[in-house]
Amino acid sequence: MNPKYLSDAALVSNYINGEETSLTIIINRHQQRIYNFIYSKVYDRDVTEDIFQDTFIKVIKTLKLGKYNEEGKFLPWVMRIAHNLVIDFFRKNKRMPKFNNSKDFDIFTVISDGSLNAEAELIRSQIHYDIRNLVEQLPDDQRTVLKMRIYNDMSFKEISENTSVSINTALGRMRYALINLRKLIKEHNIVLTN
Amino acid sequence: MEKIYSKKHPSNNHLNPKIETINLILSYSKAFKVSVYNDLMFETILN
Repeated sequence: MNPKYLSDAALVSNYINGEETSLTIIINRHQQRIYNFIYSKVYDRDVTEDIFQDTFIKVIKTLKLGKYNEEGKFLPWVMRIAHNLVIDFFRKNKRMPKFNNSKDFDIFTVISDGSLNAEAELIRSQIHYDIRNLVEQLPDDQRTVLKMRIYNDMSFKEISENTSVSINTALGRMRYALINLRKLIKEHNIVLTN
Repeated sequence: MEKIYSKKHPSNNHLNPKIETINLILSYSKAFKVSVYNDLMFETILN
């Protein structure tokens, strides 16, 4: 009997027993249906090719590992694999959205990688240097509270315990530290913007 | 909204995979071997 007329079940059985040509017949028989099913979901030829390929790689592995149970439902089983891979594709895409640039608009003109350019980096380091100098000019008690709050991220309760003063005193020192910092900035005409 | 949902994608029900894709699948099938040793299964891809 011409193998082209064999049922899917018979071809699958032959393939499992080592007849590679059976797979060619199976693919020829169902390729259009599976391919169009995938394409109808993703509308992208390249993605369709990838998912179609992955579908059959999964089919081959399952068959050769002897994990396929023949219930006369070969095509629905393959379609289910393709369907699951399409879902996986959309899940991945959701996490990493794809954006196609057009002639008129390039996404990279409005987004950056988050890092500063050399000039901005220089300005930022200069600002940090100026602020450190200003903080050093504050009275000891105010400087201590400000450093604990801003640099050590301590709460005012912790600051009051560490400096043996009440919370209100710590709050007051922080307030005066900020007032004095503003005064110093104004006096020295320092620009603290990037 | 209406414009988004009424946008039609080109429908073509007669598309086929590229011959390269089919060849890759068939080559993969020939290269993929499973060896069984003491209840263990080993997957190998032979060149």
